[in-house]
Amino acid sequence: MTVPLVWYVFLALILFTIGLVVIVSRHNLIYTLMGVELILNGANINFIAFARALGGKYPIAGNIFSIFVIVLAAAEAAVALAIVLHVFGHFGSVRPEDPNMLRE
Amino acid sequence: MDWHTFTTVDFAWMLAIPALPLAAFVIQIFFGRWLPRKGDWVPTTAMGFALVLAVGFFLKAMGIFDPTLYIQSSNPPPGETGLSLAWLFGNAPSGAPNIVFSVLFDNLTAVMLVVVTGVSFLVHVYSIGYMEGDKRYGRFFAYLALFSFSMLGLVLSGNLLFLMVFWELVGLTSYLLIGFWFEKPSAAHAGFKAFITTRIGDVGMLLGFLIIFKHFQTLDIVTIFQKLGETTGDFQHWPGWVTAAGLLVFCGAVGKSAQFPLHIWLPDAMEGPTPVSALIHAATMVAAGVYLVGRFYLFFSPSALLVIAMVGSFTALFAAVIGVCQWDIKRVLAYSTVSQLGYMIAALGCGAYSAGLMHLMTHAWFKAGLFLQSGSVIIGMHHEQDMRHMGGLRKKMPITFWTMLICTLALCGIPLFAGFYSKDAIIAGAMHAAAHGGPALWLWYFPAIALVVAAGLTSFYMFRLIFLTFYGEPRSEHAEHAHETPWTMTVPLMVLAALALFSASPWIFNGDVLGHHLWFPHVVAHPEKVEAGRLVVEKAAEEHGVLPLVMSILVALGGIFLAWAFYYKKWLSAEEWARKMGWFYKAVYNKFYVDEFVMKFIVRPVVFHWNVACAAFDKYVIDGIVNAVGRGGVEASEGSGWFDKYVIDGIVNAVGFTVQVFGGIARLFQTGFLDQYLAFTAAAIALGAVLFFFFL
Repeated sequence: MTVPLVWYVFLALILFTIGLVVIVSRHNLIYTLMGVELILNGANINFIAFARALGGKYPIAGNIFSIFVIVLAAAEAAVALAIVLHVFGHFGSVRPEDPNMLRE
Repeated sequence: MDWHTFTTVDFAWMLAIPALPLAAFVIQIFFGRWLPRKGDWVPTTAMGFALVLAVGFFLKAMGIFDPTLYIQSSNPPPGETGLSLAWLFGNAPSGAPNIVFSVLFDNLTAVMLVVVTGVSFLVHVYSIGYMEGDKRYGRFFAYLALFSFSMLGLVLSGNLLFLMVFWELVGLTSYLLIGFWFEKPSAAHAGFKAFITTRIGDVGMLLGFLIIFKHFQTLDIVTIFQKLGETTGDFQHWPGWVTAAGLLVFCGAVGKSAQFPLHIWLPDAMEGPTPVSALIHAATMVAAGVYLVGRFYLFFSPSALLVIAMVGSFTALFAAVIGVCQWDIKRVLAYSTVSQLGYMIAALGCGAYSAGLMHLMTHAWFKAGLFLQSGSVIIGMHHEQDMRHMGGLRKKMPITFWTMLICTLALCGIPLFAGFYSKDAIIAGAMHAAAHGGPALWLWYFPAIALVVAAGLTSFYMFRLIFLTFYGEPRSEHAEHAHETPWTMTVPLMVLAALALFSASPWIFNGDVLGHHLWFPHVVAHPEKVEAGRLVVEKAAEEHGVLPLVMSILVALGGIFLAWAFYYKKWLSAEEWARKMGWFYKAVYNKFYVDEFVMKFIVRPVVFHWNVACAAFDKYVIDGIVNAVGRGGVEASEGSGWFDKYVIDGIVNAVGFTVQVFGGIARLFQTGFLDQYLAFTAAAIALGAVLFFFFL
């Protein structure tokens, strides 16, 4: 027996929603980054599930997209963590509303 | 009608006669001040050439010697174009009024051309001496040339429109020359008076022309006369409008030829320089009215001719009476001119056609001469014109005296002098008309009596002038030191005196002392043979009967004798007679109060009412318009202000307010918090998804 596609889509939706809620509800850049990772993973599950279910001429394309996204997410996490470290070093805080010098 | 007497070349040369002074005028008015001698020789030479041409055509007309040659026109007969010198709307479609400048050349024109160019040339020469040192010397010659052009054009026009145009041009130049010394208020005023008074007659003339045009649908004089013959048929039944048109055209002549009651401008016109008086107000322009009557002779019904005879003879007598009491030498001559013009008009009215026009010619010579001689006297007297200050000039100005005596004898109608032949013919014609009558028989006695009496008065006032001016003792400083004038002035005097002797009858050559074989009636004949119009009134006798001959000589000699008795021998005292005359003398001395009458009952009321009307117009119409415009401006700007305030500003404010409201709404979402943005985005997408799935 195979797992139906809808389950995967719901799993992706749940991951996406958890990530979104984390970003919106926690005023902390670290949490924000983790929420972004969850959203990206939700998207990856969608890619793979639809690639598996629908096939097409190149079914491997969904897997390749997921690998690209994982790589990009790693790079983005590295850059973003570096920025967060610098922000913390500068402002003494990782709250996203604290770096507001451009407002003035 | 013979179209082949003159060729195209002839007509071109005819056009050259008025073109020469026109060219001279243009050169003189624009470049005269830079020419040597201020250009006085340009118009003079041009007039000399014009005179040569005019004499050539005159001799040609004499050579044809056909009294039926009443009308020659350059207008082509239907179907031919060869002779047309049309230059305006030359190729008008048939049926449309063909407005062309056509040359009308007949024997009358030939004579008029010689008279105009001759007098004009002599006056040009004379002016070189008379106007010397004047500050507008050059312009004077330009005006003279313009006048000559207009007058020659008037004589040559064969078209009513152009006749009218030149007629007015002549009036304009008359105005310019009367007011030539416009620094003098009296000269400027005299110019106005002449212009406006003649204009009153011109209005009548214009109306007459319009009636003619209405009925004949053409402005060409030749065609009009042809059609007139068809209209009036056997001349027993004159349509009323022909009489009306004739009398209205005659109004123009009344104005221009200074007939009563429009004569008042001519004596005042003496304010102009004396050569102008000689040229315009004695010889040519004032004769234009007589020429007009002669030209339109076929148009005058018997009743119209009666009116013409009455007006003319009354003017002749009236002006002669006034002339007796004038002291200004030029004014005496002016009233004499009015009187002689009355003779001409009366002669035409009485049917003595060629006598009237012959008097026009002879009068032009001797009256131009008289004016020029009076100008010579005025120059010799250092611009003194009052005869009471003259006297004894005979020895000091011999040439002026002798030539003036000749011209005076001609004017008085003494045998052997030119004026005799024409004046005698006029009196003979008037007596013939009285004897044979027309309609209203007894009225025809008036011209005969008036003209004979006026002839006596003429010789009286002229010899009064001669005795007062040239005889007796000098009565002032200037008269003591008077001197003869330079040759440019005396030579024209001598030429004119010669013409005053021989122009009517060259008796010294052919011995025709009594004038039985005058050339003039052969050249300009009563137009009875013209196909267009048969005999209008019975042609007056142009042979000199014994009675008119004796009477005219007797009254002339009687007038001279009276003047001799009054002013030379002093047997009779002029002052005493004036006292005896009482109120009558006073009335005559004041020119019968015509000027005052016109001033009081016509000019003043008209001017007064006109001023009132103008003031009312100013107050209610002009001011009303100005106020209305102002009030309109205020109203409009109030409206505009309201519009600005409530509409334009309203739109601007509304836009701003709307933007503010929406901006306020948009500001709610611009919190600056990243998580909130994300939440809004998610909510919006969720909302969109819900709408998409459940409502679409």
